[in-house]
Amino acid sequence: MSALLEIRDLSISFRSPDDTIEAVKNASLTIDKGEILALVGESGSGKTVTGLSIPQLLPPTAFHPSGSIRFRGEELLGAPLDLLRQLRGDRISMIFQEPMTSLNPLHTIEKQISEAICIHKKTSPEQTRQRVLELMQLVGLHDAGHRLTAYPHELSGGQRQRVMIAIALANDPDILIADEPTTALDVTIQAQILQLLKDLKNQLGMTVLLITHDLGVVAKTADRVAVMTCGEIVETGPVDAVLQSPQHAYTRHLIEAEPKGNPVTPDPEADIVMETRDLKVHFPITKGILRRTVDYVRAVDGIDATIRRGHTAGIVGESGSGKTALGLALLRLTRSRGRIVFLGQNINQIKTRTLRPLRRRMQVVFQDPYGSLSPRMTVGEIVGEGLRIHEPGMSKQERGETISAALEEVGLDAFTQDRLPHEFSGGQRQRVAIARAMVLKPDIVILDEPTSALDMSVQARIIDLLRDLQARHHMAYLFISHDLKVVRALSHYVIVMRHGRVVEEGPTATIFDNPAEDYTRSLMAAALNLEVVEVESSNS
Amino acid sequence: MELSPITRRRLQNFRANRRGYWSLWIFLALLLITLPAEFIANDKPLLVKYQDEFYYPVFVDYPESVFGGFLATTDYRDPFIKDEIDAQGWMIWPPIQYSYQTINKNPPTPAPSPPTLENPLGTDDQARDVLARVIYGFRLSVLFGLTLTFFSTIIGVAAGAVQGYFGGWTDLLFQRVIEIWAGLPVLYILIILASVVEPDFWWLLLILLAFSWMALTGVVRAEFLRARNFDYVRAARALGMGNIAIMWRHVLPNAMVATLTLLPFVLSAAITTLTALDFLGLGLPPGSPSLGELLAQGRENLQAPWLGITGFCVLAVMLSLLVFIGEAVRDAFDPRKSGL
Repeated sequence: MSALLEIRDLSISFRSPDDTIEAVKNASLTIDKGEILALVGESGSGKTVTGLSIPQLLPPTAFHPSGSIRFRGEELLGAPLDLLRQLRGDRISMIFQEPMTSLNPLHTIEKQISEAICIHKKTSPEQTRQRVLELMQLVGLHDAGHRLTAYPHELSGGQRQRVMIAIALANDPDILIADEPTTALDVTIQAQILQLLKDLKNQLGMTVLLITHDLGVVAKTADRVAVMTCGEIVETGPVDAVLQSPQHAYTRHLIEAEPKGNPVTPDPEADIVMETRDLKVHFPITKGILRRTVDYVRAVDGIDATIRRGHTAGIVGESGSGKTALGLALLRLTRSRGRIVFLGQNINQIKTRTLRPLRRRMQVVFQDPYGSLSPRMTVGEIVGEGLRIHEPGMSKQERGETISAALEEVGLDAFTQDRLPHEFSGGQRQRVAIARAMVLKPDIVILDEPTSALDMSVQARIIDLLRDLQARHHMAYLFISHDLKVVRALSHYVIVMRHGRVVEEGPTATIFDNPAEDYTRSLMAAALNLEVVEVESSNS
Repeated sequence: MELSPITRRRLQNFRANRRGYWSLWIFLALLLITLPAEFIANDKPLLVKYQDEFYYPVFVDYPESVFGGFLATTDYRDPFIKDEIDAQGWMIWPPIQYSYQTINKNPPTPAPSPPTLENPLGTDDQARDVLARVIYGFRLSVLFGLTLTFFSTIIGVAAGAVQGYFGGWTDLLFQRVIEIWAGLPVLYILIILASVVEPDFWWLLLILLAFSWMALTGVVRAEFLRARNFDYVRAARALGMGNIAIMWRHVLPNAMVATLTLLPFVLSAAITTLTALDFLGLGLPPGSPSLGELLAQGRENLQAPWLGITGFCVLAVMLSLLVFIGEAVRDAFDPRKSGL
């Protein structure tokens, strides 16, 4: 039996004014009918470009120095546009990572799904409607009849991704290319969507090319896996074989890159650095021309937390649970009510001016290393900024030495301080952001998803670094994350948040091994085993 | 000085726009020629040697008695003085022997007289040399435009920054004030003010400044609104940095791109406004070398087309050059072209 899709010796290059960039080098891949093939790689490995090249959707600056893509024996490279248009969305469908932007906000769901049908088939409006309802049932959008007239903004992220899948399935395609279909979703929803993909394969015999960076997703969903790095496919094989006994060094590296280990055991009686009592962050909802406050969005709704020196408190929750708002409130970067006691002083009452000297003792590292560094300042200036504010008496040379020491401590070379942020990779930038926080020798550092924007192997190294720094300087961490594996590797104490409230809290081992609440249990199952556990009032 | 890669890329993009690049050089050349207008077109010689002594009439006003006359200031174009100096020494004249106020006392025809070798662009209706007036007028327009642009940029950026950075009620109030302010009829206010004060260069600058700063507030406000939620601004606040320092060090550099892109257009708008006011007679005091006044004369003396044509050409060239430069600057800062 010949393969459904056969990629041979495919190379993809991009023209830029100065030179050409090789994105993919001599990649070969076959996908048989009815299997889920996962294409795994870190960012920049060329996996997305490979996926886009199949329906020939690459930007015009791309070209193929070599290779062929055969779909049911038909060559797609250089195929006439008419043929490609017939195939796209009909025989070959795609779903993308970002469900928030892949749907047109101005059209109803019915219109968007039926459009996909009408492009390729001539059907009566009645038939089309019937088919749309059928598809919505298929992808698990309940109450389809009512949902038809909904606009994308009325749906949650998981529901939108289901709509995207419905559009992709509209014409019973032979192959579905799913490019990071679950990366932007919460863990419980991710598990549901992956389950859906598997069901579709089992029920319809759908062939899926699943592009992802997450080995957990691969292990759970795929039949075979191809590992890609630096534009080359280095290993292909059945999922079990590849994950159990990886042949290529990179695959081994990728598998070992999972954040592991446990945090250093701290002194349980260490003094309290920060404590909150009944902390609330409410955003008013206003109505009418007088902007009367009719209700509040309760982002954080009464949180009590205690963080001791040398301890890490992990805040876990899905998007919208209020964990980031909590972090910002602790830093007094957003308005809140309730007590925040920092080093024995209630900082939620004092003036901004009085707070300023205290700021050096509480620092923050943000999620996005691309957005958290001023693009026009050198690394040295960025790291030295806090010193300029809090140690104005420091001589220029002294400051330079302190900056160098801080950079070296986070694993960067001291001479990098004259460079601009864009010359660094994501992981290195995050190190710069950590150095900026650490250079002031703070008592507490709020880590707001510091690893979520990074590749898996980089994540593990950042976690090691953070653990290391904590052991050396006995700082308290407040670690905010949706990624339970990372939380487990770093936290001593875990607080599970949902809708602004604490669902459950306790020592890490207890929460992970014996969760008491249903919600925590479903979260654990979804995050660690990618399993769907039904829980009341979960959306989608 | 080491240029950062992005600056180098921008310079490259600027040069890639050939039209804008050459416009900049032509404009700079014109500016360089007209800036020392007193040495290019003047009714006083640059250097006089008379009775073995040197005189510098451009810098010093000598009474005529020095050269054997009787007036309080010397008229070097007077044939009597000319002959006197030539007999006992020599004079070096600038290339054009007319200042913007010098009257050609012997025009070939009644003023306005058509172009001759003596007056290459003819004279206006008061027998003044048009070329000399154009040189002075160009300088005045550009300097006025630059000064106005400079001050309106400072005010506009500051106002936009405050609005965008603090947002909320500050922004709301400011926006309403600006809307009302922008709705005022500038021309009528100028007419009223012109009857109260005698408008000179600085008065006009002040009055126009009161309205021209709004051109930039919009974009700067938008940039600040966007940037104040960036993580690096948050990080700076977490470091304990004051608001003004954050605005200056972290947010302003972002807003400068939008500002710089608009500047050439603000400059040409300033020049156009000044010209329009002069044309209506509400601008600079009578006798000033202004392009608007030249245009007004062209309109009143249709039988003397050199007036209107000259005024039109100078303005068209000047404004086109500025717009071309503006386009090149816009290209240079285009993020799609800078590759970052």
